[in-house]
Amino acid sequence: MTAIRLRPEPARDALPPTLPRLLAGIPPTGAPVTLDGHLTRYGPLPSGGRGHDLIDLVEASGLQGRGGAAFSTATKLRAVATRRGRPVVVVNGAEGEPASGKDKVLLRCVPHLVLDGAAAAAEAIGAREAFVAVARGAHAEADAVAEAIESRRRRRLDGRLSIRLVATPDRFVAGEESALVQFLNGGPARPTFTPPRPFERGVGGAPTLVQNAETVAHIAQIARFGPGWFRRLGTAAEPGSILVTLSGAVARAGVYEVALGTPLRDLLAEAGGPREEIQAFLVGGYFGSWVGAERAARLRLSEADVSLGARAIVALPASACGLAETARIARYLSDQGAGQCGPCVHGLAAIADALERLASGDRTDRRDRIERWVAAVRGRGACHHPDGAARLAASALEVFAGEAELHLRHGRCSGSRR
Amino acid sequence: MSKAVRVNPIACEAHGLCAELLPERVTLDEWGYPIVDPTPVGGELERHARRAAAACPTLALLLADAQKVGGRR
Repeated sequence: MTAIRLRPEPARDALPPTLPRLLAGIPPTGAPVTLDGHLTRYGPLPSGGRGHDLIDLVEASGLQGRGGAAFSTATKLRAVATRRGRPVVVVNGAEGEPASGKDKVLLRCVPHLVLDGAAAAAEAIGAREAFVAVARGAHAEADAVAEAIESRRRRRLDGRLSIRLVATPDRFVAGEESALVQFLNGGPARPTFTPPRPFERGVGGAPTLVQNAETVAHIAQIARFGPGWFRRLGTAAEPGSILVTLSGAVARAGVYEVALGTPLRDLLAEAGGPREEIQAFLVGGYFGSWVGAERAARLRLSEADVSLGARAIVALPASACGLAETARIARYLSDQGAGQCGPCVHGLAAIADALERLASGDRTDRRDRIERWVAAVRGRGACHHPDGAARLAASALEVFAGEAELHLRHGRCSGSRR
Repeated sequence: MSKAVRVNPIACEAHGLCAELLPERVTLDEWGYPIVDPTPVGGELERHARRAAAACPTLALLLADAQKVGGRR
């Protein structure tokens, strides 16, 4: 697909280099880019009541949400903009996913890019109120955002828009969008039964745009450089760059910015390669799925190849037990649920129990019993928490099938020599 | 517009009346929580579905427009 140009784009030499985009200009110390530093690099956010025009630009860019669901950002913007009532913007920087650190990097290092995106989105949909949700435990991130909000306020950068920082509970499900909305409305940070979805009735009953922090940072760049520029990276179906959090047995764990569609092996090379032999990758974080080494060698970072979730990737060394690691994550997800829906409460606990028994060599559980529980929890919660846990467990049984056999037959595994 | 049953899993406390009153669409999982078949209910069955929804002690069983009822609940 060729780039769609809705308006003349700035001269090419005025644009940042291809990569990094979002992470451009961060000093080696990792200190936040100040407002002056930000404006020197980017100039002011193009404005002037263009309103809905930005939605057209975002639509032409093909930007998809970077929080995990990969939903069309323009569709979400339009859904909120066309409803009655003055909408509210919520930037979701809660990042409850333990394997992910990308949103924290953005909030801590380039807070003005995130706030620019919030301001651009707010202008496009006619919102005068925006919230930036940051987890309570993320102190450096909250400080950077608070400081950025204050310096913009002093210079009256965002006109009538009021931007507020909100500290959310450090719980995995607190970042789910309906949980975030319920929390902003004074309730517990737990998912609600939908519909109504936040775009229909959210904060204070108003139509509410909940967008991931990385997504709004991309909006800030699309507002400046246009959709054609955005599409210079990535694939036709999945344009642009993404932030990936790579951890585990690699030389340099961290947050990397790559084009969508980049081979996983290229990302590994950028991170200095594996520290030891890798047997599998957890792709998509705790809600993700295991990918064996063989498939990983050909894998591209694209939704067409694998569900990327929150773009967190963990490299599991050959010396570790994949079942034990899965059991640990399954237990975490079971403990971190909202505790509201029966099938999730009972099912995730049953799955975690069974995986722990399997990992420790107990032969009580046959594979089919775990598979039955996995099927039993899918789609049966108010949110997708049980679905994510089910995906993880199902992929573990598939990728570590040989390992499971070893455990069941001999009560041990290939990683037990540790 | 045709209707289908749906469960609010947050409100549901596994009383199980729905499976008694509407076995055509509701079965229970091993923990006693309803597994709902989203196939639309018509005619006589819709009457039964309404009765089941009204009988739920926590009002967790709902009748919704069939188009809006997605996968299994």
